[in-house]
Amino acid sequence: MSEKKPALWLRIYALLAYAYIYFPILILIIFSFNTQKINVRWEGFTLQWYKVLFNDQNVILATRNTLIIAFTSTIISTVIGTLAALALQRYRFPGYGAAESLLYVPVIIPEVVMGISLLAFFASIGLTLGLGTITLSHIAFNIPFVTLVVRARLHGFDKSIEEAAMDLGANELTTFWRVTLPTIMPGVLSGALLAFTLSLDDYVITYFTAGPGSTTLPLRIFSMVRFAVTPEVNALSTLWVLTVFIVLLIGQIAQRSQSPQQTR
Amino acid sequence: MSQFAVELRDVVKRFPNPGGGEITAVNHATLQINHGEFFSLLGPSGCGKTTSLRMVAGFEWPTSGEIFIDGKPMGRTPPFLRPVNTVFQSYALFQHMTIFQNVAFGLEMEGVSREETRRRVEAALEMVQLTGMGSRKPRQLSGGQQQRVALARALVKRPAVLLLDEPLGALDLKLRKEMQLELKALQEQVGITFIYVTHDQEEALTMSDRIAVMNKGNVLQIGAPVEIYERPNCRFVADFIGETNFLFGKVKAIDPDFVIVSLHGSERELVGIPLGKFYSGQEVVVSVRPEKMRIFDDTPLKIGVTPNQPNCFPIRIINTMYIGSDTRIVIDFGGGTQLKVWEQNHLSTLDTLAYYAPGQELWVTMRPENVLILPQEE
Repeated sequence: MSEKKPALWLRIYALLAYAYIYFPILILIIFSFNTQKINVRWEGFTLQWYKVLFNDQNVILATRNTLIIAFTSTIISTVIGTLAALALQRYRFPGYGAAESLLYVPVIIPEVVMGISLLAFFASIGLTLGLGTITLSHIAFNIPFVTLVVRARLHGFDKSIEEAAMDLGANELTTFWRVTLPTIMPGVLSGALLAFTLSLDDYVITYFTAGPGSTTLPLRIFSMVRFAVTPEVNALSTLWVLTVFIVLLIGQIAQRSQSPQQTR
Repeated sequence: MSQFAVELRDVVKRFPNPGGGEITAVNHATLQINHGEFFSLLGPSGCGKTTSLRMVAGFEWPTSGEIFIDGKPMGRTPPFLRPVNTVFQSYALFQHMTIFQNVAFGLEMEGVSREETRRRVEAALEMVQLTGMGSRKPRQLSGGQQQRVALARALVKRPAVLLLDEPLGALDLKLRKEMQLELKALQEQVGITFIYVTHDQEEALTMSDRIAVMNKGNVLQIGAPVEIYERPNCRFVADFIGETNFLFGKVKAIDPDFVIVSLHGSERELVGIPLGKFYSGQEVVVSVRPEKMRIFDDTPLKIGVTPNQPNCFPIRIINTMYIGSDTRIVIDFGGGTQLKVWEQNHLSTLDTLAYYAPGQELWVTMRPENVLILPQEE
């Protein structure tokens, strides 16, 4: 490809598009350092809202809950989703089409419907709502996303490398750990990352499946902004944006250090 | 040590057809491969050669029949318990490992000590001329080099048999020719039995001790390159290996050594050697290789010397093509039959028509030993 520069109007257009996406976030970050309590006018710089935030027991508890749910659901859904992707890649069986389609339905189903159905389901089997039910729900909606991402990665996977490993004396299990998994690892990491961020900021499904004492950050923020968006919420959101940004960055670096599989 | 390195005894392999029914990939194949032999499975794509190789490796199991490696029946022995190693067409290198780790993988699986692994891997890399490349990743190597890594990775295990699935298929022509010679030299050096799958007849002829020609799941002929080329046992083998001319006719007379065939569409009769059992009146195919005919002018006839041999016919030159070493001539044999004749350019001249001109009326002759009579199939 030539290194041609785009036309001026294209560049301006692109700049506007980025501004449209990032300007509101920028405003939010700026106002988190505002001494004014109302997000209207800039008064002066302060870190007091961060201080308030770090002393807010409810926020700390919600953060802890969110992280527990996110880590647990990410690990479990990544394992299940990856295995599902491998199975769909490797085997053809009666009902294959149905198995494939049904796996992806949760991606397009309205979240409200999924939330309600999960709530009804947990109630019918007598599960107490709390961290456990939220985690189970997050695992459920994350599996299809992980499978989608890993399958995309598996496309063009040369299965002769698995045969080569077995040919060289590795049994099925060793072949999986030493050859298959390292080869698809970038896809698995991408899937895990997506699952983690989806779990971090899920509101609707979490709302339906939460119980007493299991408030997560999204739920906490919604209750805080019921009357007004306070600078404390701005500060919390700023930290959150920063966290997601770091997670994404780590993911990018991890992906790059993994040698991308050669497509043939 | 048993009699054969590898033996396929009446092996059948059927696959379910996605559209229903079954496909027979290998149809009652029986092969005996000797120790230390360079044995090729040759045939067009879909002939069952790769499936046969994969069954020896253990990636597929026969539907019926049995495969023996060094006399032991393999049954459903998984690939990691068979004393064979494979070089894949796609090389199948582990991209996330270095070249050293790739080659060492098989030894690690055997539990070979670290010191011995290092020694053997280095020896293997040296053997394929990749000394010092151990720390690189496969992607950093050229196609030919990756091919050598795949070879080293399989050979370092010291297998009883090395299986090669079109290993040179992805290389360009020049590199392929070089690697053919190298592979053959390597095979002689290590003395391991090679089973080599290819669709390239020239490759098979160059490298093999023996060749099995396959088509549509059937093993048609097994023999040394010279036998396969000079004495094909059927029309497919004659056609697939090298180039040839086919003529059609009926058996007129038979004696122990020769058969006389009267050709369809003309009064002409050919004397040739029978490759198979024939009876009088049988429909047959006659195969004559283009390099095994001679074109001559009628001078010997004019001066009264009749050619005291059969298979002399007047012909007309249709066209000639100069290709450097040879001139390829198309002649009108009469009865609507055109034949290819190849002659070596043993004169150095700039006149590409020095030998023959289109339209010229000449004679052709072929020795009876060069006229192969084959049964008509189908």
